[in-house]
Amino acid sequence: MNNLKRKRFSLTPALPSLISILIGLLAGIIVIVIADSSKALLAVRNLLLGPLYGIYNPNQSSLTGIGNMLFFMIPLLMTGLSVGFAFKTGLFNIGASGQFMAGSYVAILLARKLTGIPNSWRWLVALAGAALAGMLLASIAGILKAFRNVNEVITSIMLNYTSMYLVNHLIRATGLYDPLKNRTLPVQTEIPKFGLDKLFPKSFVSGGILIAIVIAIICYVLLYKTTFGFELRAVGLNRHASRYAGINEKRSIIMSMALAGLFAGMAGGMIHLAGVGRAIQVRDVLPPEGFDGIAVALLGLNHPLGIIFASLFMAYLKVGGQTIQTLGFAPEIINMMIGIILYVSAMAVLIRKLLSIRAKKQSETKALGNSDGELYAVHDPPDPGATAAAEKLPPESEDSTNMAISAVQEEIEEDKHG
Amino acid sequence: MVRIADVFQSVLTYAIPLMVVALAGMFSERSGVINISLEGTMIMGAFTGILFIHTMQRTDLMSGHLLLLTGLLISMVTGILYSSLHAIAAINMFADQTISGTALNIFAPAFAVFVARSIIGVQQIPLGNVFRIAKVPVLAEIPILGPLFFENAYLTTYIGIAILIISQIVLSKTRFGLRLKSAGEYPQATDAAGVSVVKMRYAGVLISGALAGLGGLIYVVPISTEFSPDVAGYGFLAIAVMIFGQWKPLYIAAAAFFFGALKTISFSYSSLPVIKDWNIPGIVYKVLPYVITIIVLFLTSKKSAAPAALGEPFDKGKR
Repeated sequence: MNNLKRKRFSLTPALPSLISILIGLLAGIIVIVIADSSKALLAVRNLLLGPLYGIYNPNQSSLTGIGNMLFFMIPLLMTGLSVGFAFKTGLFNIGASGQFMAGSYVAILLARKLTGIPNSWRWLVALAGAALAGMLLASIAGILKAFRNVNEVITSIMLNYTSMYLVNHLIRATGLYDPLKNRTLPVQTEIPKFGLDKLFPKSFVSGGILIAIVIAIICYVLLYKTTFGFELRAVGLNRHASRYAGINEKRSIIMSMALAGLFAGMAGGMIHLAGVGRAIQVRDVLPPEGFDGIAVALLGLNHPLGIIFASLFMAYLKVGGQTIQTLGFAPEIINMMIGIILYVSAMAVLIRKLLSIRAKKQSETKALGNSDGELYAVHDPPDPGATAAAEKLPPESEDSTNMAISAVQEEIEEDKHG
Repeated sequence: MVRIADVFQSVLTYAIPLMVVALAGMFSERSGVINISLEGTMIMGAFTGILFIHTMQRTDLMSGHLLLLTGLLISMVTGILYSSLHAIAAINMFADQTISGTALNIFAPAFAVFVARSIIGVQQIPLGNVFRIAKVPVLAEIPILGPLFFENAYLTTYIGIAILIISQIVLSKTRFGLRLKSAGEYPQATDAAGVSVVKMRYAGVLISGALAGLGGLIYVVPISTEFSPDVAGYGFLAIAVMIFGQWKPLYIAAAAFFFGALKTISFSYSSLPVIKDWNIPGIVYKVLPYVITIIVLFLTSKKSAAPAALGEPFDKGKR
């Protein structure tokens, strides 16, 4: 019991994320140095400090920089929540891009067409429409998963492209197309700033960020403080066990996917109702926000509160990437870093496993004496010498476990002496 | 007047890269490793291959089909190297295979754009399109088949067909192919039979990388004269082809041809004789491949042909 309590307040669970971030940043800096070493020092300084101190534009106050960061945080936070929420039910929502696109389209459509509704709360209707669009799209994947056990990853990928082509088609068909700029017509409706523009003058900041943070907190309460959330997480841990425990696991899967889609759809709505002139580019390319969401969710350990911090960090990176563009570095360097961070955090599962195995082993060796501890050493060896030795062994393990143990011990002994 | 042979050739230029990349996915998945990084691997393969061809064409060091073949080789090697990252994560590190694949998909286009801008200054790499074969001697004279397969052809088409035949033989007739499949179906039994699951899965993922890298270059060469690091979602479409083809080479070839036909129709439905009169909007042909795949998944879900151990990291100690 004591153990559990201590774990709750330690940083250990976030360790793999911090390691991946560190490796990602390091790789980014190395790339900058290789690409142009003469400007590298300035570039690294701008990358790291630019978003905070407004080096990007010397006349800018740091509050403007932070305001911009909060703006870029909106889609990252919402798609991060989308992916993270589905993860909690064991579902991988790679379809956030398509849901984002559907939400964006519906938001623009409603904002431009519903001229009967007063401008002051038209944004609310448009945002609700965006949420609904994302939700409906994701529900398809959820329903197929629940009733026919169809892999939601594949369905979501297919829905991504279906959504992309449909939206690009509908933009023209519903008269939202601006042929000169090859994108959607501008939207006047915007989410109120709730006074944030006073706090962060001359920045892109939008009231959407407050809504997004409130939603993240609601997510947290929903997942960790309600029966509904408990059921979602239980299904994520073990679908079959949950069914035998009386949980309607089909409903949980569909609800989880639907809510994930709702968040991603809202992300699209929020960004296009932010009043900064964003529009959908009519190209056959999926919006990158959905894939960013995967990285955010992973870094935030799929926990709503962790995702708030992860999205803030990613927004910081994105703004940093823009500040080095003026020095002639392609902003793609940020996506390279995100790729690396995501790759390392995919392996972080292993790091976490090793950490927990080590902790488990230590406590079990204490409690049960040596024999059990030795067995663990063969199967999940924490020290490299034993790993190497164990891998050299023939596969037939069951009968020869004892032999294997002695062989490992001999090899370790040899290593020590030789 | 549109000749049937022209339409057929157009279908082939879309179908062949789709088929090769879908076969790439098949090798990986048959060994038990999910590979959604096909898109990223294609971009990497196409990028290095085209960078090489571009450099050679500018300096006149190499030309003709020797250049194309060398470019293809470079694409394959790039694919192998890039997919080895996925192999390490998925096989040795027990990483979530979908996430590691997504990471590679995010990294590849960013890397290609960044390097292209650093080397050439812009992200589009120009490419002299000189690899078309107007008429294959002798073979083009064969009635019916001649104009279909041996006029306005690309060497890459024949390479693709050769890959199909080899894949079919390897997978169903060789000891290696059977072992590869068993690693994806029941790795514990494979291991008990004394075959290394790790080696088989490495082989599956690396073959997949080689074919996806090659597929990337095959995709770009016939249809464009510049490469802006992007393969337009073909890697993901190839996953659809693979599922539609039920993880079997010959079905995959048929599925690729079908999807290639849909692509051709979606680009040129307004000029194709019979189809023009159907008055179906182009958007239908665009989304059809994806919608059909979802329907196929829905219908076949009860008796899925997917490898049984797909996506499960192999743990020797597990019973």
